[in-house]
Amino acid sequence: MHRKNFVAKTLTGLTEAVKRAVFAEHYARLPGLLQGLDPRGKILTFLALLIATAVTHRPEVLLGIYLLTVVLALASRIPLVFFTKRVWLFIPLFTGAIALPAIFNFITPGRPVFTLVTLAAPINWGPFHFPGEITITEQGLRGAVIFILRVATSVSLSVLLILTTEWARLLRALSALHFPRVGILILGMTYRYIFLFIKVAEEMFLARRSRIVGRTSTREQQRWVSARLGFMLNKSYNLSNEVYLAMLSRGWNGQARFLDDFHFQWKDAAWVAFTFAFIFLIVFFAS
Amino acid sequence: MNTPVFTVSDMSYTYPDGLTGLQEINFTVMPGENVVILGVNGSGKSTLLKIMDGLYFPSAGKINAFGEPLTERRLQDDEYAFAFRRRVGFLFQDPDVQLFSPTVWQEVAFSPLQMGLPKKEVAERANEALSALAIEKLRDRIPYQLSEGEKKKVALASLLALDPEVWLLDEPTANLDPRTQDWVIEFLLSLTDKGKTLIVAIHELEVAEVIAGQAYILGEDHRLAAQGRPKEILRDEELLLRANLLHRHRHFHADLEHRHPHRH
Repeated sequence: MHRKNFVAKTLTGLTEAVKRAVFAEHYARLPGLLQGLDPRGKILTFLALLIATAVTHRPEVLLGIYLLTVVLALASRIPLVFFTKRVWLFIPLFTGAIALPAIFNFITPGRPVFTLVTLAAPINWGPFHFPGEITITEQGLRGAVIFILRVATSVSLSVLLILTTEWARLLRALSALHFPRVGILILGMTYRYIFLFIKVAEEMFLARRSRIVGRTSTREQQRWVSARLGFMLNKSYNLSNEVYLAMLSRGWNGQARFLDDFHFQWKDAAWVAFTFAFIFLIVFFAS
Repeated sequence: MNTPVFTVSDMSYTYPDGLTGLQEINFTVMPGENVVILGVNGSGKSTLLKIMDGLYFPSAGKINAFGEPLTERRLQDDEYAFAFRRRVGFLFQDPDVQLFSPTVWQEVAFSPLQMGLPKKEVAERANEALSALAIEKLRDRIPYQLSEGEKKKVALASLLALDPEVWLLDEPTANLDPRTQDWVIEFLLSLTDKGKTLIVAIHELEVAEVIAGQAYILGEDHRLAAQGRPKEILRDEELLLRANLLHRHRHFHADLEHRHPHRH
């Protein structure tokens, strides 16, 4: 089997993006715990959990909130493998790369846990000072664990909110909570039209594939992709003009109006009470 | 005497890039009339509809709507704009342009909501429009999940929710399968039965013949080549050939060459 070329990889990426979005909408419609809650209450409580995650310096609190997201995902019928993959796939790549240097004593001095290298003499290199022994410190490890846990918990909360709330309901809830309406409208339209453009791009790639025999150079493929990007930009510009006219025609006057059909029920009140009690208890016991 | 819905006088339109869109157009549309505007792609049909919907404005000449000048300045007044937009609905050729909301229900509710109708009435109108077109099951669907036929129905429902007096329709049967095409034609005929004014841009002569009371032909020179009863206009082969709506088709039966006009 030969390696996929540049264009084929892009095509697979486009198809995967659509699949992921369709799956996400599928989970949002399942009869699970979080799916059944009023999205306004959900946004407020998730925001409170995010704030608690951002301000705490205790790994126990972070771990508690992270475990809560896992329990909530299970209660909302989100497969655990799918959920954890979405969260943990990028963490080693981005957060790990940032946190890794912080575990060493030349970035975070402290009590050594493990000695890696013993140098003949300390080294000064630019702004860095390397002591005679390069060690992993307890303080550095603790900082890195807190950082990774904080990112993982925040990402888990965001992913969980998005997976269990239909996009349209999420936007309406934001509007009901007095988020700037034009911003919400732009978000909604971006999400709406991104799929149209993914479809156009996919068809362009397929049309190219149907006319190509044999292998082409990466340089040629890149040239083709950049030309198509220009075409897409032009197309999106024309489409945005037409959409604006369609909005004008239907009464748009620059003021976005939304209609919400939310009902705050006892279970929503119970959820809000539970979340705030959970945050209070976990912070109280961990301190 | 009834006030005309539209009076177009010596109207021309030039695109911002300098290309000619329309040249010296004159016509009057009376309430309850069904007008088809025939012409090949690029003849200016869509531009003419956009001018009638107050989205583009003439470069020369003028257009009156319901007896009053339809100008950019007047449409900047919300009160006038809302009154005009409640009376005139526009179906865009590409349903993806028209369906810009996150869900079908929000799409259908968009116009009544923008016009400031009470929320209860907005919900009633949206539900009635969905049920009139038998698409209640699409209510929570996202536009990218719809077929072309479903998109067209949702776009029509979004206009029906406002129930305008005048329906401007740009190629309403384009890119549809035959069954949906028939359904759209039946729907348009039901609107004419209710006394609505229909102005339909189209290039399919067969469809034009079924729905039109009046036919206008836009030539490739962007001028009105003819106007009149469809029965007369659509039988005038020379006129249709000139407007490129017919072409001379040549084929062979065994060794015998056969030529006849062919409709697009």
